[in-house]
Amino acid sequence: MTTTPTEARCPSCATPTPTPSSARHFGQVCDILAKHANDPAKIIPILQEVQSAYRYLPEEVMTYIATALGISPARVYGVATFYSHFALEPKGKYVLRICDGTACHVKGSENLIKALRTHLRLPSGKDNTADMLFTIESVSCVGACGLAPVLMVNEDVHGQLNSDKAVTIVKAVQAGEASGTTPAEATAQAANGEGVHS
Amino acid sequence: MMTLRSANDFAIMQQSFAKMTAAFQRRVIVCAGTGCVANNALLVLAELERAIAAAGLSVTVELSRELPPMGGIWLSRSGCQGFCQMGPLLAIEPDGLLYTQVKSADVQDIVTETLIGGRSVERLLFRDPNTKARCHGPATIPFYQRQHRMTLALCGRIDPESLDEYVANGGYESARKAFIHLQPEAICEEILAAGLRGRGGGGFPTGRKWQLTLAQKSAKKYVICNGDEGDPGAFMDRSVMEGDPHCVIEGLLIAGRAVGADEAYIYVRAEYPLAVKRLRTAVASAEAAGLLGPNVFGSGKSFIVHIMEGAGAFVCGEETALMSSIEGRRGMPMPKPPFPAQSGLWGQPTVINNVETLATVPLIIAMGAAAFRQLGNGSSAGTKTFALTGHVANTGLIEVPLGTTLREIVFAIGGGVTTDSGRPYPDGFKAVQIGGPSGGCLTSDHLDMPLDFDALQKVGAMIGSGGLVVVNAKSCMVKLARFFMQFTQNESCGKCVLCREGTKQMLALLDDIMEGRGTMETLDLLSELSLAVKKGSLCGLGKTAPNPVLSTLEHFRAEYEAHVIQKRCPAGQCHALTVPAIDPVACRGCGICIRKCPVAAIHGEKRQAHVIDPGLCIRCGACAEACKFDAIVGV
Repeated sequence: MTTTPTEARCPSCATPTPTPSSARHFGQVCDILAKHANDPAKIIPILQEVQSAYRYLPEEVMTYIATALGISPARVYGVATFYSHFALEPKGKYVLRICDGTACHVKGSENLIKALRTHLRLPSGKDNTADMLFTIESVSCVGACGLAPVLMVNEDVHGQLNSDKAVTIVKAVQAGEASGTTPAEATAQAANGEGVHS
Repeated sequence: MMTLRSANDFAIMQQSFAKMTAAFQRRVIVCAGTGCVANNALLVLAELERAIAAAGLSVTVELSRELPPMGGIWLSRSGCQGFCQMGPLLAIEPDGLLYTQVKSADVQDIVTETLIGGRSVERLLFRDPNTKARCHGPATIPFYQRQHRMTLALCGRIDPESLDEYVANGGYESARKAFIHLQPEAICEEILAAGLRGRGGGGFPTGRKWQLTLAQKSAKKYVICNGDEGDPGAFMDRSVMEGDPHCVIEGLLIAGRAVGADEAYIYVRAEYPLAVKRLRTAVASAEAAGLLGPNVFGSGKSFIVHIMEGAGAFVCGEETALMSSIEGRRGMPMPKPPFPAQSGLWGQPTVINNVETLATVPLIIAMGAAAFRQLGNGSSAGTKTFALTGHVANTGLIEVPLGTTLREIVFAIGGGVTTDSGRPYPDGFKAVQIGGPSGGCLTSDHLDMPLDFDALQKVGAMIGSGGLVVVNAKSCMVKLARFFMQFTQNESCGKCVLCREGTKQMLALLDDIMEGRGTMETLDLLSELSLAVKKGSLCGLGKTAPNPVLSTLEHFRAEYEAHVIQKRCPAGQCHALTVPAIDPVACRGCGICIRKCPVAAIHGEKRQAHVIDPGLCIRCGACAEACKFDAIVGV
C-alpha cells in the first residue's frame, strides 16, 4: 500500500486513509490506535481490539494499521497469520468452538464435531454456515478438562456433552435467533454464563 | 481503598475485615470457576440471593466498611474449588458442608433446611461410590482428604475479586517482608534453599534463575509470569489465576524485588477470558492500595504489572517466543544463549516464571525454606498441582506433595478408571498420559513410582505443566500418539525444518500405521525420525514433540505391531482396521442404537443381541455414544 499526500486523512488522527470514502469507516480503528499511542509493540492488542470490532481483520484495515504504526504491511500480516485467534475471513455471529484437547479427545469430541457438522450441513472444509450465523472450529484446549467434552458458544462454556446435547444447544441458539433475541442480549447472556442449556 | 504500607495498615485491614464478617451466621460460597459456571453456577447464585432474601434472612453480597455489621448470610463466589466433575459446588461455612451438582431447583431446600433449619440436605451431599456413604464436606470426601492443598489453599475458599479477603488471610505480608526486611540476595538464597523448581515443565531451580538475573548489571530488568498454559489437558494455572489472582501478583512482587526489576508482565492465554478479567481486577485493586505503583510498601521502589493477552499460539509458552510476542512480533523462539536472564525482553535481563511457581513463592517466604523442603521428595520439594482428567471418576484440580504415587492419584483421589460414558471400569487402567504433547505415557508398571521431576525423566516422561489424562483399556495408544502429533504439527512455528517437516512426516507415518499401510520398517523409520526431530529443533516444542510417540512405542510396542503385522487395532478404534460390530454378550437388546442409527444399519429383536451391518454403517458413532452397555465396537 502506497500513500500519497493527495489521499484523504482520517479526521481523528490524520493518518492517510486508502480511499476518501473510507475515512469515516476507519474512525473506530483510529480510536484503538490512539488508545495504544500508535506503538508498534502493541500490535497484538491493537489487532485483538480491531478484530472484536469487525469480527475479523479486513485486509484494508491491516494495511491502514501498518501505515499508522509506521511498519510494513508484511509485518502486520505476518503477526495476523501467525496467531490462530486472528481471522482474515469474516466469522459467523456464533462461533462454535469444540474443544479437542486431550481430555475432550479421549472422551469423544470427534462425535460432537461430526454431529454439529451434520446438523449445520457443513461438509468438512467449510466452516461457516451460509447465513453467517455459525462458524465451527475445533480448538486445542479451553482448559475446562474436568467437564470434557466441551463446546464453547462464543464465550459461553458448555460441558459434559454428547452429540445430542450439543445439537440441542445449537438448536436453542437457532430458535433464539428465529424469535428475534438481539445480538446484545445474546452476548449479555453469554457473558453472564446464562446461555442456552440442554 | 486504604493504602497498605506499614504492618499497622495490614493489621487494620485484617481487623476491619474480621469485624465486617464476624456478625454473619453463615457464609455460602458458590464456586464460580469455569467448570461450575458452565454448569450454571451463576444461576444458582442469583437464585440463592433471591431465595435467602425472600425467606426473610439478611443477605450480603458486597462487603462494606461503611455499613454496620448486618448478620445473616454472607453470599460470595469463589474460584475453582477443584471437584469440577461434581459441579456446581456450593460450600457452607462454618458447617463445613459441600453440596455438589446444585441446581436452581435445589436452592429453596438449601435455604429452608440448612440456612434456616441448620440441617444438611442429604441428596446434595457427595456420595462415595465405594462406600455409598454420604460425605458432609471436604473433610470426609476422599477426593479432598488425600490432597495437600498449599498453593491452592485459598483458591476456592476466598472471593478472588476481594483484596481485603486475601490480606485477611495473610496476603501480601510475604511481599512486604521481601521489600522491607529482606535483601535481594537473601530472597534468592531462601528460594534456592527451599528447592523450588519451575512448575511449568522444565523443573529448573527458581532460586538459581533469580540469582543469574540479579547478577546482571542493568538499570532495567523485567519479570514475566508465564500464564500461556497451552498443553491440552492442563488447567492448573487457569484455576490459580481465576481463583487466587493476588497470590500471582504477590509472587511477581517478590520476584521483582529479588532480581531488581520494576516492571512485570503477566502473559495469559487468550482462551482464558475469565482469568484475564480477574487478574485485571486484582491489579487495579492492588494499585489502588499502593501495593503496585511508585512507592511499594513505602520502600521508595516502584513496581508495575501489565497484563498481556495471548492470541493463540502454543509455542508462546516457550520463554523466548513469549517475549517476542510481548514485543509485538511473531512468537518464534530464539537460540539460547543468550538466556533471558542475560538478554530477555527488549534486550534487558528478564526472569520468566510459570504461574504456579510464582504462586508458591509467597508461601516459601512465609513458611521458610526448611518447612517447604519437608514436603516432597528429595530433589523435588513442595507440592504440585495436577489437572486430573480423562477416563477417571473424579476429574478436577488436585494438589499433592511431589513424590506421591500414580496409584494414589488415580485410584484414591481420582476414584478409579471409568468407561467413556463415566461408569466404573475396575480393570480398565491402561495408561496415564502426563505432561501433554511434550510428555509421555506411564503404564501400570509405573503405578507405584513416585511422581517427581527426576523419576519421570528416567522413564522418558515429564511433569510438564501437570496435565494427567487417564486412558482406559478401550483406547488405542497409536491413535493417542497421533492426536499429540497432530497437535504439535499444527503448533510448530515453522522455524526449524526438522520440527516443521519432521512432525508432518511422523504424522503421515502414524496415518500409515492406523490405516493398514504400515510395516515393521514404518516403526523403525518412526523412531529414527523421532530422534532426528528431537536433535534438530531449537526449542522445547520440537525437542519434546516426539515424546508421546517414543513413549507409546516403548511401552505399547505390541499394540503398534498388531496394527502393522496383523492389520488389527486391539482397542477397536482405528476405523480402517476394524469392522463395526456389537458384542453379543454385552448387548441387552434395548434398541436404543436402532433408534439412533441414521442409516438403519442395525437390526435385532427386543432383548436379543442386535446386529450391525458393516456395509450400511457410515461410522457416525451415534450408536456407540448412545449405548449404555459399551457393547458397540469398531465404529
